[in-house]
Amino acid sequence: MTVLLTLGLLGTGLLLGFPLAFAQVYGYRPVRWTCLVYEQFFRGIPALVLILIFHSGLARSFHILLPAFASALLALGLRSSAYQSQIFRGAIQAVPTGQMLAARSLGMSKLKAIRYVILPQAFRLSIPPWTNEFSSVLKDTSLASAIGVVELMKKTMLAMPTIQNALGARWILVLLIAVAVVYLVLTYAGNWALGFLENRLQIPGFEMKGMVER
Amino acid sequence: MAADKANPGSDPVVLRVKDLHKSYGDNHVLRGVSMDLRRGETKVVIGPSGTGKSTLLRCINQLSIPDSGHVWLGDLEVTSRQTNINKIRAQIGFVFQSFNLFTHLTALHNVRIGPMKVGGMKKGEATRLAMEELERVGLADKVDAYPSELSGGQQQRVSIARALAMFPQLILFDEPTSALDPELIGEVLEVMISLAKDGMTMIVVSHEMGFARAVADEIIFMESGVVLEQGSPDELFVRPKEQRTQEFLRKICELYGE
Repeated sequence: MTVLLTLGLLGTGLLLGFPLAFAQVYGYRPVRWTCLVYEQFFRGIPALVLILIFHSGLARSFHILLPAFASALLALGLRSSAYQSQIFRGAIQAVPTGQMLAARSLGMSKLKAIRYVILPQAFRLSIPPWTNEFSSVLKDTSLASAIGVVELMKKTMLAMPTIQNALGARWILVLLIAVAVVYLVLTYAGNWALGFLENRLQIPGFEMKGMVER
Repeated sequence: MAADKANPGSDPVVLRVKDLHKSYGDNHVLRGVSMDLRRGETKVVIGPSGTGKSTLLRCINQLSIPDSGHVWLGDLEVTSRQTNINKIRAQIGFVFQSFNLFTHLTALHNVRIGPMKVGGMKKGEATRLAMEELERVGLADKVDAYPSELSGGQQQRVSIARALAMFPQLILFDEPTSALDPELIGEVLEVMISLAKDGMTMIVVSHEMGFARAVADEIIFMESGVVLEQGSPDELFVRPKEQRTQEFLRKICELYGE
C-alpha cells in the first residue's frame, strides 16, 4: 500500500507538475499568476492539514466523503505537484536561452522547441533534485495513516497491541526499528533506480559539472 | 548603390530591409537601417560594439521584434502580422556567436532535427542530408560526437551545417568567430569562404578583415544604430570617406595586425 500510494502520488505530481512548470515559465501573465497561487498554496500548508482538509473537512462541511485513500492521494498528490513544478521550473530555466533561440531560428514553433529541445534537456536536469522529492513523498505517505489508510505505518500501529501482548512491551521498539528499516530500504531502492536512470540518460558534457566547466 | 556597382543589378533581391528601428528601454539601438541583399551576395557588417549589428540580424528574422520598419524576404513581408514567422525563419539560416548547438543531441541529430521537425522530411532522407552537410563542412568523422566533445571551431561548423540543411535562401552570421580561439578561426572562415564562392547569400557581422576582403561584395560600416558608410572592400579599406570609418579601420588593423 505504501508503495502504491507513493507511486500514485509521484505520478499525480509528475502529471500536473510538468505542465505547471511550463506554464509558469512560458505562459501568459494570468496563467503564470494562477500557477503561482496554486503552488504557494500547496507548498505553504502542512501535509497533515491538507490531508485532513480533503478528508474530514470536505466530509463535515460539504458531505463529500471521499475514501481515505482517495483523500490522501488528492491531498499529497496536489502538494507534490506543487513541489515538483518548482523542480521542473528550475530545470527549464537552467537550459540556456540560446537553445530556445536556436530552435526558433530553425523555424520551430514555441511548442516544438519545448518538445524537442527544452524538454529533453530539462528532464535530464531534473532527475537529481527529483530524487529528493521521491524520498520525502515516500515518507509523507505515513501521514495517510491519520485518516485510516492502511499503509505501512497504520499496519504497524495496528500490530502494536498484538506484539506487546505476545512478546512484551520491549518488542515495540524492535517493531518500530524494523519499520524504519523498511522505509530506509524503500528510499534507497528508489534512489538507486533513479540514479540508474540518470546514468542511462547521461550525455557527455551534459552533467551539471560539465555545464559549469564550459 | 555600391552593391549595384559590384553586382550590376541583375540578380533578384532576396532580402529588403527598410528603415528598421529598435530600442531596448531608453537605448535606441537601431535608428533607421535599410539595405537590399541580392541573390548570391555577401555583405559584411562592421562597426564598434553596441552599434546594433547583432540587433539588426535578430530583427531580420524577428528573433527581436523591431519597433518599426519593414523586412521583406522575396515578396513576403516578414514584419507583417499575417506572415507565419516560423515559415520565414525556416528559410533564413542563423549562425550564432556562441554556436547554440543542441546540447543533448549528436552532431548528426543537430543537423537533421530541422529538416525532420520543421521540414517534415523522413528520417532516412534527413539523415542522408545531414551526413552530406556535415561532410561539406569537413566533419564527416564527427557525426556521432556530442557538442561538448567538439572544439569551438567544430561546433561552429556543425551549426553552419545545421543552417545549410534547411536549404535557406540566405544565412545570417552573428560574429561567428568571436568566441573562438585564434587557431580555430581559420577552419570556420574557410567554410564560410567556400559558401560565399558557391553563391550562398549571406550577411556576416564580423571583424575578420581578411574574410571581408576575400569575399564581401559590400562592406557596411555601422555606428550608433545607423549605416555610416557602405561600399566595396576596396572603396572602404583604401579610401574611406568618413573620418569615423578611417579611425575604426585603423584600430581594427592595429588589433588584427593587417
